[in-house]
Amino acid sequence: MNNNTITEQKHSPLGGAGGGLVIINYGAGNIQSIKFAFKRLGIDAVLSDNAEEIKAADKVIFPGVGEASSAMAKLRATGLDQVIPILKQPVLGICLGMQLMCKHSTEGDTTGLGIFDTDVIKFSNAVKVPQIGWNEISNLEGPLFKGIPENSHMYLVHSFYAPQCTEMIATTHYEVDYASALQKDNFYGVQFHPEKSGKVGQEILKNFVSL
Amino acid sequence: MLTKRIIPCLDIKNGRTVKGVNFVDLRDAGDPVELAAKYAETGADELVFLDISATEERRKTLADLVLRVAEKINIPFTVGGGISSVEDVDILLQNGADKVSINSSAVKNPQLINNLAAKFGSQCVVVAIDAKQIEGKWTVHLVGGKVPTELDLFEWAREVEQRGAGEILFTSMDHDGTKNGFADEALAKLSGMLNIPIIASGGAGTMQHFTDTFKNGKSDAALAASVFHFHEIDIPELKHELKKQNIPVRI
Repeated sequence: MNNNTITEQKHSPLGGAGGGLVIINYGAGNIQSIKFAFKRLGIDAVLSDNAEEIKAADKVIFPGVGEASSAMAKLRATGLDQVIPILKQPVLGICLGMQLMCKHSTEGDTTGLGIFDTDVIKFSNAVKVPQIGWNEISNLEGPLFKGIPENSHMYLVHSFYAPQCTEMIATTHYEVDYASALQKDNFYGVQFHPEKSGKVGQEILKNFVSL
Repeated sequence: MLTKRIIPCLDIKNGRTVKGVNFVDLRDAGDPVELAAKYAETGADELVFLDISATEERRKTLADLVLRVAEKINIPFTVGGGISSVEDVDILLQNGADKVSINSSAVKNPQLINNLAAKFGSQCVVVAIDAKQIEGKWTVHLVGGKVPTELDLFEWAREVEQRGAGEILFTSMDHDGTKNGFADEALAKLSGMLNIPIIASGGAGTMQHFTDTFKNGKSDAALAASVFHFHEIDIPELKHELKKQNIPVRI
């Protein structure tokens, strides 16, 4: 793919070198919804599986829906597992994307990208699995949640979760208090779906774009 | 705390909202996208689009509609009606649907549930079950409740969970259209025996019915059509009432 096509983007509100907002397209997930969410913010996101294009982006979205070990296999097959951890621009992992940024997931017993220093484990049968619906995010920290009210409701669909850890920037309660958002340096991860979480979700995406 | 979901259901025919929609402040009440956006704004937690078209172009019309809905609304939505293959689901999810709902096709070919769960994940597979009581036994029906099967509601529900369904949308044909309340006894039994969310459908008439299905029916979500479309129940008002009854809702 040609980098020139993406540097032509007009009035980019994204800052950076002009590589635009790139959504990593590795065949795992409902990326159309994410693309549309940014379109509603006036941003034309580029879908790409090209390492150079991803590295040149101003901002990177790492989406994911589905099963962890097969998603990791797809990342390895394309070499993106080597690219994502060394990115320097703001990166936002969403749902399974966030989980794959962790050390390990018990879903399919797979190692992750190891960006966040935590494992991903499954809810027990004490609660309904998957968790589906709107739940609160609390103990919000950092620029991603600037102006976002405590205990805002976000839409979540997941069976596995990251336990509380030092890198968490939001918590949610389902069976236990767990980390529903993580941050380490330029890497952000959210378990919820901001692109499906109404106006507040949109504000979080706007905050990410403004980083 | 995870909240209980309120889900308006829109019947779609040839890309248009079917009858029964009375929204004075919409330019075009027949436009599903406009109606969906209205519901999203007023606090609906999710939407279900049920396609009842029977034309040759049905698939393409529905796929186009999904794309237009996804572009406009920022809450999750499920698409159902006539979905019978992995390919059908693939295009709908690619166009931005969050979940699909299968009904008759799952009864005819239960393996479809496994195939969809394996390819797309359980989280996007809703199995809709229509049932009514025949001589005291909850019996699964097809074709909008017209054709009885041999299947027992509870056995079938357990099987669809085991095959990988992420949610069950249970419509009681005995309650649907009566406005006398949801089938809370059967719903509570389903919710107790299964470990996936249950969406109650059929029978909504008053706000009290929603309170009842969340409290007594142990439902995780409640779906309704006409009471919302005809303003008999206003969603913000309903949610405030539920909150007053100590039911967790998103306001």
